[in-house]
Amino acid sequence: MSLVYSGVLSHAPGITGRAHLVENIDKREEFYAALEQQRQDIAAAGTDALIVIAAEHFANFFMNNMPAFCIGIGDRYEGPIEDPEWLAIEKQSIPGAPDIGLRIAREVMQTVDTAYAQEWKFDHGISVPLHFLTPDYDLPIIPVNINCQGPPLSPLHRCWAFGEALRRACDSVPEKIALVGTGGISHWPATPDSGKINEPWDRDFLDRLMRNDKEALLAYTDEETYRNAGQGGFEIRTFIAAAAAAAGLGDLQFYTAELPIFAVGCTVARFDIV
Amino acid sequence: MSLYHLQKFLFELNRGELAQEKYRDDLPGLLHEYDLTDEEQAALNAGDIGLLYVLGVNGQILMHYAAFLGIEWFDYLNMMREGIKKHGAVRDGVYAMTGGGSSFTDEEKNR
Repeated sequence: MSLVYSGVLSHAPGITGRAHLVENIDKREEFYAALEQQRQDIAAAGTDALIVIAAEHFANFFMNNMPAFCIGIGDRYEGPIEDPEWLAIEKQSIPGAPDIGLRIAREVMQTVDTAYAQEWKFDHGISVPLHFLTPDYDLPIIPVNINCQGPPLSPLHRCWAFGEALRRACDSVPEKIALVGTGGISHWPATPDSGKINEPWDRDFLDRLMRNDKEALLAYTDEETYRNAGQGGFEIRTFIAAAAAAAGLGDLQFYTAELPIFAVGCTVARFDIV
Repeated sequence: MSLYHLQKFLFELNRGELAQEKYRDDLPGLLHEYDLTDEEQAALNAGDIGLLYVLGVNGQILMHYAAFLGIEWFDYLNMMREGIKKHGAVRDGVYAMTGGGSSFTDEEKNR
């Protein structure tokens, strides 16, 4: 039928793995409630399959052969690769949507040279979102990746084009497709600076994102992003692709910089599909 | 290009249960399959998170390795800080320490 939902959410491993360490319990629960609302919104849209645009962290792709973009067309996926106790998510076998994924990949390829993969191991970048959005693991998943980790990274304007291509592809299939972009805004994960958040930078980015202002979103250089938002800020690519796919204005349902133990400004938002 | 091989070792270890079994059973044999410097081999033999961080291992790869070793979160952060004190600044990659070794969470400060 078409794209029926597009949104964004954070995926940091601390969101599940360090939940027990949080001192600001009220804020944590507010965040989890926003994620539960997102789950309900995706379900209420009658979603047949969920595309997760991720910024994977070396669970599949490495500098021996790094795709700028990749779409999963496997039957099933495994994840998380991380120690289950560390991430507080048990290892799962997750259903894919190979037939829909193949049709989507074919359509995307008309304008963007995407790789595809029939094997895909999920890391926290997908496993944390799925933990909240499909806790019973009964929703078919189409994993999608944008290279946000191994420079040279996918240029922002190509991420926008990729988002638009995904939209065209979703609109070309009879099934109802939901899509989420998952990443961080400013953050310095997996370094001693973990927990550092540039809230003014985040809020400025989110303002551009909610206005779905293409020119303003594509104006960032990687040098600026690295300086102001850390290497984790490179993951804005997934949010930008989700905005491009939706084309409508955003609704920021939740943002806080008050859970630094999660090492990211925690975010939940959705876009109008226009 | 040695950092490439060091990271490739950790990438394959992090995602592969067979590699993890071999790591536990025969770490020297597993390391022999990779083109590593003496310093890198020593760091891996010792599970030296601080030195691996300074050598420039991507933080996402290093974080997953630390989890595999069962290292608790705040200990992991401190191991990287201690690595900087002992070996100097991060030599490569984009996961440099920018905060002067400070903690950014109340949870860590209040421990």
